Amino acid sequence: MTSSSGKIALGSRRRLKNRKISNFVMLFLTGLLTILALVPLFWIIGYVVYKGGPGLNLAFFTQLPRPVGIAGGGVLHAIEGTLIITMLAAIFAVPPGVLAAFYAARNPNTRLGIGLRFSTDVLAGVPSIVVGLFTYAFLVKPMGHYSGLAGAVALAILMLPTIIRTTEEMLKLVPQSLREGSLALGAPEWKTSMNVLLPAAFNGIMTGILLSLARGMGETAPLLFTALGNERYDIRQIVTSSIQGKQGFFQMVTRIINQPMDSLPLTLWKYASQPYPERVAQSWTVALVLMFFVLFLNIAARLWLENRARKLRG
Amino acid sequence: MALNISPLSVSRANALSDAKTEIKNLNLYYGKFQALTDINLPIYANKITAIIGPSGCGKSTLLRSFNRMNDLIPSCRTEGEILLDGSTILGRGVDVVDVRRRVGMVFQRPNPFPKSIYDNVAYGPRLYGIRDRRELDQIVEKSLHQAALWDEVKDKLQQSGTALSGGQQQRLCIARALAVEPEVILMDEPASALDPISSLKIEELMQDIVKEFTIIIVTHNMQQAARVSDFTAMMMIDDKHSGRLIEFDDTQRIFTNPKDKRTEDYVTGRFG
Ligand SMILES: Nc1ncnc2c1ncn2[C@@H]1O[C@H](COP(=O)(O)OP(=O)(O)OP(=O)(O)O)[C@@H](O)[C@H]1O
Ligand SMILES: [Mg+2]
Repeated sequence: MTSSSGKIALGSRRRLKNRKISNFVMLFLTGLLTILALVPLFWIIGYVVYKGGPGLNLAFFTQLPRPVGIAGGGVLHAIEGTLIITMLAAIFAVPPGVLAAFYAARNPNTRLGIGLRFSTDVLAGVPSIVVGLFTYAFLVKPMGHYSGLAGAVALAILMLPTIIRTTEEMLKLVPQSLREGSLALGAPEWKTSMNVLLPAAFNGIMTGILLSLARGMGETAPLLFTALGNERYDIRQIVTSSIQGKQGFFQMVTRIINQPMDSLPLTLWKYASQPYPERVAQSWTVALVLMFFVLFLNIAARLWLENRARKLRG
Repeated sequence: MALNISPLSVSRANALSDAKTEIKNLNLYYGKFQALTDINLPIYANKITAIIGPSGCGKSTLLRSFNRMNDLIPSCRTEGEILLDGSTILGRGVDVVDVRRRVGMVFQRPNPFPKSIYDNVAYGPRLYGIRDRRELDQIVEKSLHQAALWDEVKDKLQQSGTALSGGQQQRLCIARALAVEPEVILMDEPASALDPISSLKIEELMQDIVKEFTIIIVTHNMQQAARVSDFTAMMMIDDKHSGRLIEFDDTQRIFTNPKDKRTEDYVTGRFG
């Protein structure tokens, strides 16, 4: 080996060593920062479990609240309220949101398309409490009373921009060639949207919807002036009395949704600000339940979508 | 500029039969830019017509005129006449859906839908109201046979069409186009993204199906044009960068004894 090649080899060895050191340092730093970022997450989850866990029992999910000062009871009314309000909000927000997104994706440069994009941006920036106030003024006041229905409308307004934007982005990701392929077979535009664009973008659209649902599920502010809260909300009693009174299905549904209603975040907020220790303790358990609801929604969405994707891949 | 269609070929062509579809005095604009100028081109039934010419001369634009795919481009405007079996396909009174059903298309890049192989082929027939499972089964099998894909996929019809190889995907797209039994099939460089073997397969299947269909193919591959086509249309841009048809004739004539010097240069590879 000549001396010059030896030098090169030596130099490269030193460089290799340097590279290994800097690699290690960077790896260490990124690892540390990742852990740091995860700390709040686990701290929150851990603390909520620690505080709320002891209050978990079957009664908590199956019973209505006891009067203040009496231990026991549950938050069945809030769980039902959360599910009803979120479901209603989805019914209100998803169809118009998805349709608007189809329009915006297809006609991005028309006046309506530009206007739509602009107004979703604006709407996304409106604070949720303002949306609640708006719904109060235009729905609660004219109706003369608070209701779960009004709460659902407020949530729907909040969810709308997310649904429109994610759906639009997902539709834009579908290659133009697929659309052309369908149109070239003689499919009209709307059938192309339904049969090709929607299925191709389905996973992404569903993820967007479920995430916005999970987000809406945890909202408190828009429900303050709309759903208000109702500790005596008892769905079983409504159903029994409806059946006894021989009311139709539609009438029963109206009674279910057309009165003040609680939700988990609303209950949490109210219990936590009450001067009764057992209520404060229960508010932690409510927080725990709410967290798992949202978590469950996220995980269920992911699992289901993965399953679907696997099926499509064949 | 006068057209360079030789009197000889015109008389031959007339003797052959009337055109299946025909472009007459076509001018096409993208906004202010005139992409096609004064195109006259007859397409004969049960023949393969190749459109050749350098990049950007308007081959795809011309091809997409035959089934009004240019309608999808908002800035695009067409003047002149396009006939299918003697009646016009342009204008508001014409049902585009019907035109596209009769004039199918295969794209340069395979574009199977993210659905099963079966559903890809059945897409068109379902669109036209065929729901009967047995009838659909027959159509799917027949179309995949015609596209020379049946043997490779018959055991995995429920698998996703996007999981096939590129060449298989392109044949799937051909099957999909054939399934609606079009009269004319437009192919825009159908083999340009494929290996030589897949591309030969597609040439073979074209020669099989042309007995039942009329085919127009855009290709950059001179050997391919010479091998498969009966007629060849040579395009070129003029000094305003607008596409013109400079020669249309028997493929054999175009490749052995073209009228136009530019055609000769192009087909022999002496052109830019
Ligand atoms: N959507 C469009 N909008 C505006 N101009 C266009 C559009 N599509 C094509 N053109 C223009 O029209 C001319 C012809 O394009 P075309 O795609 O038909 O060429 P081509 O012969 O198919 O080229 P290639 O061989 O590269 O595919 C080009 O100058 C191109 O820039
Ligand atoms: Mg092209």
